[in-house]
Amino acid sequence: MASLQTLHPLFNRDEVFEFLKPDIPPSLDLSRGIILYLEDISVSFDGFKAINDLNLYIKDGELRCIIGPNGAGKTTMMDIITGKTRPDKGSAWFGQSINLLKLDEPEIALAGIGRKFQKPTVFENHTVHDNLELALAGNKKVLPTLKARLRSEQQDYIGETLLLIGLGDRPYSPAGSLSHGQKQWLEIGMLLMQRPKLLLIDEPAAGMTHQEMERTTELLTNLAGEHSVVVVEHDMDFIRTIARTVTVLHQGSVLAEGSMAEIQNNQKVIEVYLGG
Amino acid sequence: MHSFSRDFALAALFWLLLMTQYCSGAEPNSQFLDGLVLLSAQSFTEKEKGIELIGASQDPLAARTLQSLLDGKLFYTSKDNILVYGESEGANYAISDFLSGESLGLVKKRNLEKITINNTLRSTLKTTIALINLQHPDDTVRLAAVNAVLSDINPELLEILAGCYQTEKNEQVRDALSVALAIGGLRQQDTAKRLEALQSVRGDVHPVIKNEIQALIDRETDAIVIKAAKSTLTAIEGKIAWFARLETLFFGLSLGSVLVLAAIGLAITFGVIGVINMAHGELIMLGAYTTYVLQQLMPDSIGLALALSVPAAFGVSGLAGILIERSVIRFLYGRPLETLLATFGISLVLQQTVRSIFSPLNRSVATPDWMSGSITINPILSLTSNRVTIFFFAMLVFGALFLLLKKSSLGLNVRAVAQNRAMARAMGIRAARVDALTFGLGSGIAGIAGVALSQLTNVGPNLGQAYIIDSFMVVVFGGVGNLWGTLLGGLSLGVANKFLEPWSGAVLAKIIILVFIILFIQKRPQGLFPQKGRAAE
Amino acid sequence: MSSVRLLYNDKPGMVMLVLLAAAAVLVPLCNLGFPDGHLLHISTFTMTLVGKYLCYGLLAVSVDLVWGYLGILSLGHGAFFALGGYAMGMYLMRQIGDRGVYGNPLLPDFMVFLNWQDLPWFWHGFDYFFFALLMVILVPAALAFAFGWFAFRSRVTGVYLSIITQAMTYALLLAFFRNEMGFGGNNGLTDFKDILGFPLQSDVTKAGLFVASATALALGYLCCRFITGSKLGRVCTAIRDQEPRVRFLGYRVENIKLFVFTFSAVLAGIAGALYVPQVGIINPTEFSPLNSIEIVIWVAVGGRGTLYGAVAGALVVNYAKSYLTAAFPDAWLFGLGALFILVTIFLPRGISGGMTGLFRKRQEIN
Repeated sequence: MASLQTLHPLFNRDEVFEFLKPDIPPSLDLSRGIILYLEDISVSFDGFKAINDLNLYIKDGELRCIIGPNGAGKTTMMDIITGKTRPDKGSAWFGQSINLLKLDEPEIALAGIGRKFQKPTVFENHTVHDNLELALAGNKKVLPTLKARLRSEQQDYIGETLLLIGLGDRPYSPAGSLSHGQKQWLEIGMLLMQRPKLLLIDEPAAGMTHQEMERTTELLTNLAGEHSVVVVEHDMDFIRTIARTVTVLHQGSVLAEGSMAEIQNNQKVIEVYLGG
Repeated sequence: MHSFSRDFALAALFWLLLMTQYCSGAEPNSQFLDGLVLLSAQSFTEKEKGIELIGASQDPLAARTLQSLLDGKLFYTSKDNILVYGESEGANYAISDFLSGESLGLVKKRNLEKITINNTLRSTLKTTIALINLQHPDDTVRLAAVNAVLSDINPELLEILAGCYQTEKNEQVRDALSVALAIGGLRQQDTAKRLEALQSVRGDVHPVIKNEIQALIDRETDAIVIKAAKSTLTAIEGKIAWFARLETLFFGLSLGSVLVLAAIGLAITFGVIGVINMAHGELIMLGAYTTYVLQQLMPDSIGLALALSVPAAFGVSGLAGILIERSVIRFLYGRPLETLLATFGISLVLQQTVRSIFSPLNRSVATPDWMSGSITINPILSLTSNRVTIFFFAMLVFGALFLLLKKSSLGLNVRAVAQNRAMARAMGIRAARVDALTFGLGSGIAGIAGVALSQLTNVGPNLGQAYIIDSFMVVVFGGVGNLWGTLLGGLSLGVANKFLEPWSGAVLAKIIILVFIILFIQKRPQGLFPQKGRAAE
Repeated sequence: MSSVRLLYNDKPGMVMLVLLAAAAVLVPLCNLGFPDGHLLHISTFTMTLVGKYLCYGLLAVSVDLVWGYLGILSLGHGAFFALGGYAMGMYLMRQIGDRGVYGNPLLPDFMVFLNWQDLPWFWHGFDYFFFALLMVILVPAALAFAFGWFAFRSRVTGVYLSIITQAMTYALLLAFFRNEMGFGGNNGLTDFKDILGFPLQSDVTKAGLFVASATALALGYLCCRFITGSKLGRVCTAIRDQEPRVRFLGYRVENIKLFVFTFSAVLAGIAGALYVPQVGIINPTEFSPLNSIEIVIWVAVGGRGTLYGAVAGALVVNYAKSYLTAAFPDAWLFGLGALFILVTIFLPRGISGGMTGLFRKRQEIN
């Protein structure tokens, strides 16, 4: 009988099969002002709980910093948001209407979440320009990509971005020849080309000189407002210069949340960081 | 009257002749001689009496006489009425004096008078011979005797057999006797006894008993007995089917153990160094050729050569492996696809080398006595010794390897390098040395697999190719870097293959398995026992 | 317009296409136009041999497309080649009609020999050339699509993928050896008489097949060049270098791989279909894993990720093979084995890569 029940929709004349439904994710709904909901998320690898009952909310247009010691689950959290890892339990919503746990990486990217990795991952054999062009928002299906030609406004946007990330003078160098900091910027530039609503940025300041870092700070603070930005970082100085709200992760769950000043005086955070 | 007196006169004459014919020295057994005389009678009734006399005479020649009679090789010469044994040679017969054994040369057929028998006599003869042989001191003769009477058991015989059963010491003969008793029981006049016999043979898988029950169902008139017989037959058939499955399982485990042996070296190199060694099959082949060469060197002691082959093949293939690692693979770490191509090139070179040295023809490697033959579990299930040996050998190799990796310091280093190469190096482990040793270990085990394979198939330059894809399938199916996965993967693929075979044929079974694995990997790319977490990437 | 620019930037490709065009005109001309013994005469044997190499060239291009640009080391492309070949072989078999040994007008010889009464269902339609052509394309495409659908969706990559492609062709090898499959068992399909009404033995037909092979190679090359020069081509190389990153950019990696892999299988199938009438036989050994892996070494020798390198590699290695197997039969496997080892260690970018590398160095010195 149970099987008959499951078969029943097949005989419903209005039923549209899953695979026939158009491949368009529901549009982003920000009516409550919150762009990302992570609720009761847990995930474990071989018994080790990388994320443990994590709850995190990101407001629309917010610039949020996430800090935490090694193994606190920062990267795993990013993996869950971008669809690389599936949580054992919990829910993750992008705005009110998009269930992230039902989408895979490309769908999440197209829905408007961009990610910069901890280690800069650009296409080293491609030129800087090509890297940006590949990231360009647009129809990314197979045949449209085969026929794609750059329109002039797209070309302009690439040019603007090149200037913004400070690579305007070498658009045709192979990305592999860039310095570490330049690769970081190129990756941020690629994120911008995707025109995402939410940017996840993993350790943007790593391997940067002081000047480069300042420039990155400027870039990120400018992004907030129009985009929501989540930055994961180790460098406390860097956090201090950009932070408005800081979340501290520890052993896979949120230890504390608040302004930088509050966090610095939080007893639990001091214990975790100083081992006291 | 006349004919009787003539017979009598002839008989007397024969008696005398026989007395003189009988070899001097041994005291002639009068009962035996009386019997021989009666054999010459025209009437089959007389002959039957003669047979009975001979049978009861306890004379050492009795069994041979009756057997010759049964085979139609007992004659009288027409001229002088000597009892002779004749062997047909073309149109003539080579005859010899029956009692003394002295050869009398070739004679024409018409000079001989055959002692004829009919079907009744034939049956009597068989029984009588069997009865004589049942007392024979030799186990095998007694066993043959019991099996000879299986088809014509009568109540009297049944009693005798029951007596033999009481006194019989030999296990095999006792088994045969119990089968005979059961068959006799099934032929009893008394319905209750037949039912009882049916009850007693339930679960006996001897094919003769199964046939007998089938025959009983055909000839039986009593409905109750038929019902009981049918139920017993079903039970027996069920048991036979069960044993057939057991046999398939054995074949499957045997194939599986070969796969495990072939794959386990690959699992080590693939799992630890992350290197696909396409030359693995050829390292197996080297092991097999090592066995061949050792046997050629010591043709008189094949068993010893085989035992020595195990360490020798381990050494030869292991060194070859280390050589390959040092000269080729270490330049290609981090480029797995190129490694695959380069090792494939090595496999071609090794194949051609062997072809040039040993000729492209297959060589056969002898199997020592203690590995040939088979272990008989029951009449329908027997396991070939070499396969049983190889199964246990494979388990032994697996166990040794498992201990080596778990307990020894080399094992610790190997596992450390497998998990985190950079970290292991930072801890002072010489990763390059560990790589070479691991590769040598994996290759050495391939060599051992070659020794085992040489006992199952012919040794030729293409031996390795036949196993390489299967080995890969086992490793990939079981999950890379997991010895238990390889064991379980190998055994289950072997068993699955053998269970599919009767249903689909050997080639199709193999194709089905391949397709299954192709689909399986796509569902679970990490195999049966995946590695999880960050390390997996 | 941009396609023209694409070719303009691909100098070696241009050279190759010009050479191909020249060969397509001159070789048949020299074969048919000059009598045997004339200085400019090219023997039919040589022409057919080169025609065969051109098919191999197309096959190598198809492998280079997936290996050099997409990073998929396929050890099973021989299967697509053979399937295309079998589709063509079945058409040629039907053309024999009642001229077979048994003279059966309905059934090919091997079916008569097996005592079959009816033509199996999958042989129907192969009487028509266009149907056979359709199958040459559809059958390899269908296999590649089905295989890729599962493999790419579940993200099987690297050596795993290589091994299961090898298992795929091995399974097909075993299957086609079976008489029950209805493809002639281990003898395969042979004794072809004519194609489209032209006798296969005649020089004119052979010249036609040569021209067809050269044209197919040129067109196949252009198609591949178009793909690799497009944005899709850059996405492919991005997948080869950084597959996860491409996903996070919003591309459906599995669909892209599926498209390119299937297209490549079609090219391989076409190469097989042109190969069979020229060599006159197709049998299951074409499915053997060794054949597929040999294709990869042609590409490696020529230099992967260049397309023209693959063609050059196929020609060079096969010429060496023809020469060595005739001159020193034992040496060929040694040579091939050494080639695998030496190229992967010392010439990872193949001949073309090595040459451009040398060229660049010299420029730097100057």
